[in-house]
Amino acid sequence: MKAIINISLKAGVLDSQGKAVHHALDSLHFNGIEDVRVGKQIVIKITHNDEVKAKEEVTQMCEDLLANTVIEDYEIELVK
Amino acid sequence: MKVTILQFPGTNCEYDTQHAFEKLGASTQILWHKAEEISSDTDLLVVAGGFSYGDYLRSGAIARFSPVMKAVSEYASKGGKVLGICNGFQVLTEAGLLPGALKRNESLHFISKHHHLKVQNNDNDFLKELNNGDVVNIPIAHHDGNYFIDEDGLKELKANKQILVTYCDENGNELNPNGSVASIAGVCNKEKNIFGLMPHPERAMETILGSDDGIKMLEGFLKA
Repeated sequence: MKAIINISLKAGVLDSQGKAVHHALDSLHFNGIEDVRVGKQIVIKITHNDEVKAKEEVTQMCEDLLANTVIEDYEIELVK
Repeated sequence: MKVTILQFPGTNCEYDTQHAFEKLGASTQILWHKAEEISSDTDLLVVAGGFSYGDYLRSGAIARFSPVMKAVSEYASKGGKVLGICNGFQVLTEAGLLPGALKRNESLHFISKHHHLKVQNNDNDFLKELNNGDVVNIPIAHHDGNYFIDEDGLKELKANKQILVTYCDENGNELNPNGSVASIAGVCNKEKNIFGLMPHPERAMETILGSDDGIKMLEGFLKA
């Protein structure tokens, strides 16, 4: 099983990279963009197939190391 | 006075820090991150600057799990004085020993230049050699120095006088190089025995190299 973790800055925390990308897209004349957020994705291969256990484990990984919850939010997606 | 300086893989300011403190008469020890104890005669523990673990994941995020960090927490919880410079500040926030977090600079650029700092609160062991409102010229060199704390956290920092230095121009007017909340350059914990700052006082020891204002700061840390 795979865990796909998306980490991004919390709403309300200024995302300078997102802002820079937004400006760049504007200058390329892509219209109708309201907001751009840049984050990172971490993919973890897990040896077992127990979804409940995996969710618990990966949540702990995010809280302990993968995300800094002072400034970042994380979302976990499990794929079999 | 004995200063113990931590060294992680990727730390690169440990020898500058050693040189600066020895110049002021302290004895020093560089301690590799695998150590599980901090020698009991340590008067000041410094988490030196650099790029521990290549800044992978987030600056300081991996170093906080090094074996020595458990000893750092214990040392600090007993009232031991801890100073984090640059990457050291990032490590201490990641470890939860200092409030807030350091984000990528607002400009997205690595900034390396001399910058002025204003002393905001000197009622602590670290800055008692300086006066409130004093302006010092100290180099900054960082990519992730954009200090963030939420509004409630900021109120608390102000109420407890935990904001020790802020960025300013040579006349002491606020000047923010990196987007930090309230132009914060350095904060301490509530108990005031742990201090972290992004600027490098150990790089401001010689007028011929631009400034010796670091001496006044480091002397204060030694008397801490």
